[in-house]
Amino acid sequence: MSAPSQDRLPATEQPHLRLQSGERPLAALYGRNARSVIERGFKVIARQNWAVLVSGFFEPVLYLLAMGLGLGTLVGEVAGPGGAPIAYTAYIAPALLATSAMNGAIYDSTWNVFFKLRFARVYQAMLQTSLGPMDVAIGEIFMALFRGFLYACGFMVVMLVMGLVTSPWAILMVPVALLIAVGFASIGMAVTSYLKSFQQMDVINFVMLPMFLFSATLYPIEVFPEAIQWFIKAMPLWHGVELMRHLAVGFLSAATIGHALYFVAMTVFGVWFTTIRLRALFLR
Amino acid sequence: MPPVTSVVPGDPIVVAEDLTKVYGDNRAVDGISFSISQGESFGLLGPNGAGKSTTMRMIGGTLTRTGGTMRVAGLDPAERGPEVRAHLGVVPQQDNLDEELTVRDNLIVYGRYFGLPHSYLRTKADELIEFAQLTEKAKAKTTALSGGMKRRLTIARALVNEPKLLLLDEPTTGLDPQARHVLWDRLFRLKEVGVTLVVTTHFMDEAEQLCDRLIVIDHGRIMAEGSPRALIREHSTREVVEVRFGAQRNAAVVDQLEDVATRLEVLPDRILVYTDDGEAALEEITGRGLNPITSLVRRSSLEDVFLRLTGRTLVD
Repeated sequence: MSAPSQDRLPATEQPHLRLQSGERPLAALYGRNARSVIERGFKVIARQNWAVLVSGFFEPVLYLLAMGLGLGTLVGEVAGPGGAPIAYTAYIAPALLATSAMNGAIYDSTWNVFFKLRFARVYQAMLQTSLGPMDVAIGEIFMALFRGFLYACGFMVVMLVMGLVTSPWAILMVPVALLIAVGFASIGMAVTSYLKSFQQMDVINFVMLPMFLFSATLYPIEVFPEAIQWFIKAMPLWHGVELMRHLAVGFLSAATIGHALYFVAMTVFGVWFTTIRLRALFLR
Repeated sequence: MPPVTSVVPGDPIVVAEDLTKVYGDNRAVDGISFSISQGESFGLLGPNGAGKSTTMRMIGGTLTRTGGTMRVAGLDPAERGPEVRAHLGVVPQQDNLDEELTVRDNLIVYGRYFGLPHSYLRTKADELIEFAQLTEKAKAKTTALSGGMKRRLTIARALVNEPKLLLLDEPTTGLDPQARHVLWDRLFRLKEVGVTLVVTTHFMDEAEQLCDRLIVIDHGRIMAEGSPRALIREHSTREVVEVRFGAQRNAAVVDQLEDVATRLEVLPDRILVYTDDGEAALEEITGRGLNPITSLVRRSSLEDVFLRLTGRTLVD
């Protein structure tokens, strides 16, 4: 059945088996090797069709062209941050950049995670090694963030080409896109852990689309009654939109910092939430 | 074997005491105790739902226990999961190969999860591909593999960290007979080089082939413990005569077989006549003019032990 050469068994000296002596915090949850999960992500991307990777990038670009160039000719100028009038296209572009970062992060942290969780059992395999649920959470959130970053960079290029970048502060829009992406990715992954069927996955679209349409992306929030304004302001995308808009024209205030802190808090909560959920799913 | 740990052959590598897992009001594992020595092949034998996989997952720390204690290489897997699993190779019941990666990348990426360096993994991956007899498939995606190939790759993958302990959950379920024998052959080789194997199975022949010692589990409890031979000697006779008289007559002839056998088991389709001399018993049965439709003399197996202990067959 087998040639003699196959009789040789794994006998290589093993150089590094990660052994720790003594207790350390999070020893049950974290193997300090989230990097290997990220490596896996890039290995998969390298083998993948790049068209699939960037498909989500086009949605906000199409909105920019359709709304900005189409509707923009009817609207003309609107009041930007601080009240200064700006072109309608320049008004919606930063909002669409925020949306782009959100879409990238959500795509990876919901659909991709859903598939790996329910069908491919990728996480089950990871958790039978010396990885803990926290390594998996951090690694996968990073991958979602990477996709958000790619989408945001692409959108930045479109904005530059269209002459919509007018302030040096706009360079900060790329790291801010990352911040927005990580916030959405961390929550998205935790929420996905509850979903068991494709029907339930549709709920994500049911939340994302209205959030995109009503978060002061395409017109000012003031058009809504005050109660609805408060609701929108509690949602994350509005903070991303405002943050981007401030940076695009270089209008910075305490509110700018406040919007950024919203995402910091969202991320901290999201990573914690995801770790708890992975623990509940795999280490019952 | 990693140089940092000094485990002497024969030392216990897994010690479980009063291990319990309760789901709602179902006691999936109900206070079982066992210990597994370094270098031993240890089996958990029982029907589906007996608590074998649950026990297995508690060894790896991917399932918290309701009660009892567990030590694997001296550590508690519930508290130090990642460290304990650094010593383990896990072959789950259902393959969970990474379908987005090639055969070779499956081994390398999995090794990275253990924090092993690329320099080590490059040679290790080639070695394991050869061990799994997948050299021609090294660059193929795992979706292109047959069931037996996937199983061998899953086992090869579990060896990437040179585990002290290999956990195999139903390793050959769903494989055709030839693929099973290839797989058993691979496992024998591991046994020969001193890898500790823990095997769950509901196949008697598998348990007899692979295990030095086993526990028979039913309803989350240990029914018996020992080597396959000792268990057969203790709970069964040397030989068994299987006779069929047809569903109508089976019940009618039982009375006439009582004195031929040490013990009788009446199953829906056949009667098992337990005796130390099968040929003599069969001669006696035909001599009485009972004329079974079919008859078979065989050695007692673990199946008979299970039937004796639980009154049920293993595969219902």
